[in-house]
Amino acid sequence: MANMNMIQALNSAMDIMLGRDPSVVLMGEDIGYFGGVFRVTEGLQRKYGEHRVLDTPIAEGGIVAAAIGMGINGLRPVAEIQFADYIYPGFDQITSELARIRYRSAGEFFAPVTIRTPCGGGIRGGQTHSQSPEGIFTHVCGLKVVMPSNPYDAKGLLITSIEDDDPVIFFEPKRLYNGPFDGDPTKPAVPWSSHPKGQVDEGHYTVPLGKADIVRSGNDVTVVTYGTMVFVAQAAAATLGLDAEIIDLRSLVPLDVDTICSSVRKTGRCVVAHEATRFSGFGAEILSVIQEECFWDLEAPIQRVAGWDTPYPHAFEWEYFPGQARVASALKAAMEVA
Amino acid sequence: MKSRSRLHVPKASARPGEAPDFSYVHLSPAGAIPRPDINARSRDIAFLATELVRVLDDEGTAVGPWHPHLDPADLQVGLRHMLLTRIFDERMQRTQRAGKISFYMRSLGEEAVSVAQCMALRPGDMLFPSYRNQGLQIARGIPLVDLMNQLLSNTRDMCKGRQLPVCYHSKAGHIFSISGNLATQFPQAVGWAMAAAIKGEDHLAASWIGEGSSAEADFHHALLFASVYQAPVILNVVNNQWAISTFQGYAGGEQRSFAGRGPGYGIAGIRVDGNDFLAVYAVTQWAAERARTGAGPTLIELVTYRAAAHSTSDDPARYRAKDDQEHWPLGDPIQRLKQHLIALGEWSEERHQALSAELDILVGASWKEAVTFGTMSDGPKLNADLMFEDVFEEMPQHLLRQRASMRAERG
Repeated sequence: MANMNMIQALNSAMDIMLGRDPSVVLMGEDIGYFGGVFRVTEGLQRKYGEHRVLDTPIAEGGIVAAAIGMGINGLRPVAEIQFADYIYPGFDQITSELARIRYRSAGEFFAPVTIRTPCGGGIRGGQTHSQSPEGIFTHVCGLKVVMPSNPYDAKGLLITSIEDDDPVIFFEPKRLYNGPFDGDPTKPAVPWSSHPKGQVDEGHYTVPLGKADIVRSGNDVTVVTYGTMVFVAQAAAATLGLDAEIIDLRSLVPLDVDTICSSVRKTGRCVVAHEATRFSGFGAEILSVIQEECFWDLEAPIQRVAGWDTPYPHAFEWEYFPGQARVASALKAAMEVA
Repeated sequence: MKSRSRLHVPKASARPGEAPDFSYVHLSPAGAIPRPDINARSRDIAFLATELVRVLDDEGTAVGPWHPHLDPADLQVGLRHMLLTRIFDERMQRTQRAGKISFYMRSLGEEAVSVAQCMALRPGDMLFPSYRNQGLQIARGIPLVDLMNQLLSNTRDMCKGRQLPVCYHSKAGHIFSISGNLATQFPQAVGWAMAAAIKGEDHLAASWIGEGSSAEADFHHALLFASVYQAPVILNVVNNQWAISTFQGYAGGEQRSFAGRGPGYGIAGIRVDGNDFLAVYAVTQWAAERARTGAGPTLIELVTYRAAAHSTSDDPARYRAKDDQEHWPLGDPIQRLKQHLIALGEWSEERHQALSAELDILVGASWKEAVTFGTMSDGPKLNADLMFEDVFEEMPQHLLRQRASMRAERG
């Protein structure tokens, strides 16, 4: 075991996969010589060469398309889109092509492409470097969608994603790259070295897709969340002195319905939280599933916490961010009805 | 004085009620264009992107440095593939009109593009076709019954009923799945070619799009990535002059040839008479040799004419001049190769008619076999359960449940 932040853990996952499987290649803007703007691929081109770790033109549509072509020719590409906000030029290749090649060719062709992309705000990124577009991709049939919240999961989930023969969109909450963040920007940053999930196995291991993690067991209320909001939710519940059960989904597609519903059946109360915007967000899907599966176990209406339905503003970042106050008021509302 | 408009709106040379006019198509005499060394730099061979490589002259004689000197037996194979493509197309068109299939797209007048290009490549080279490249399937030896099963979405449909007619694929034949969305295959072919280079294999990739869909960003991405990584790929723009009702000027063809986009990216661009089997073969062979030896990618513009409607849902009489195809200056690819073979003493009207009759019988027999596997109205049907397969490698829980719901719905 070693201390790793999320950047190092992701780097370790790719290092291991490049070493184990000659068909794995990395590609993306600034990822090769420079090691990526967030340093996630640092040193990998030096170690594995320019044919395995490719710098690419600034053309996300081209990156995804080339990755697809490589994938159907037997490679296992891991493409980085520098910011999730930049993924849209590749949208057609992802949704119309990558997601459906297996389907339309009745299984004869497939492209085992993993698309890694940093998402989320809280880093002074303004409206073009802060988005959480996971809900756009969970709506596309044929894509798996993953978002880790800590270094240990990040590495295991990325290895699983690379080894998976289906396409995976792998979102990396960049506010969590260097440490767990409880939503309070005025407090000093906490490094991953002080957190148990910053202890990462240096070898190969996997974390399965479709299996949520119960971060904290509790009986008062279930909080279903993922990514940046995992630590915010924990902090808000602790401040209120609630015995909350916190569920980190880790993968949104496939979705671990069983873990969510058994928890809600136990607590009878639920808050769903994500950083992404609210309207038509992934939270709406979770709410639907819960009311379909365990409506009669609910003691109170399900509460939803999300980013406001506006672009992510540069100057009002912390008014926009669904911080502890917003989570706390949702928790209180969920607890109010006797 | 009235100033001229600063907004240019392209106008087709002839619309319904007007006389066909192809004076805008720049032609070079057969045999007139030099054949450069395959290692020539794109900037030194920019003339290839504006001139027109032609081998067959008006008398059907093969002339000039691009003459590929093919064995007459190979030419006869090419003629057979083209004729089979045309007869297959005609039969499927009638079949659609009779309500037996939902949709069809003929390649009438463009048969040399797919057939000659496929024959100039190796069987392991990967093809990324568009929707009007059925000649590739035929030249690669995909059985007609397989193609018909796809058109019928029947129990032997390679796509399991998931794709519009003509969106074939063949893993064994090294032909990628046709998307139905335009131009997406172009940059994918470049990625495939990059992978071949990364793996140290000597295969190349070839892809086709129409001049109309070259307007998509995917075209730019393909040329850019091909240029940056000097990928072993042949990128073909089939300029058949029309994108449904929109003539090639709306894809930028008025200002520069489509082949001319190549040199802009530092890629060899070459314009070829797409109805001249020998010229298409020779140019593709040249491009393949370049790709195979690491001399880089090639952009080929195949100048041809969409003699038929865009699809069975289209009526070109509403937007094109009547009889325009008869005025197309580059003629009919089948007639031209036939004329050449007859001039060589390697073919005759009688043999042509006999071949035509033989292929008619083959197409008819194939159809009879295909319908035994089901049609839209009769015979065995695909199981609707198949709808839920291949979305993912393994069926996730939500799809298992939805499949159960669908079964319950159907009783």
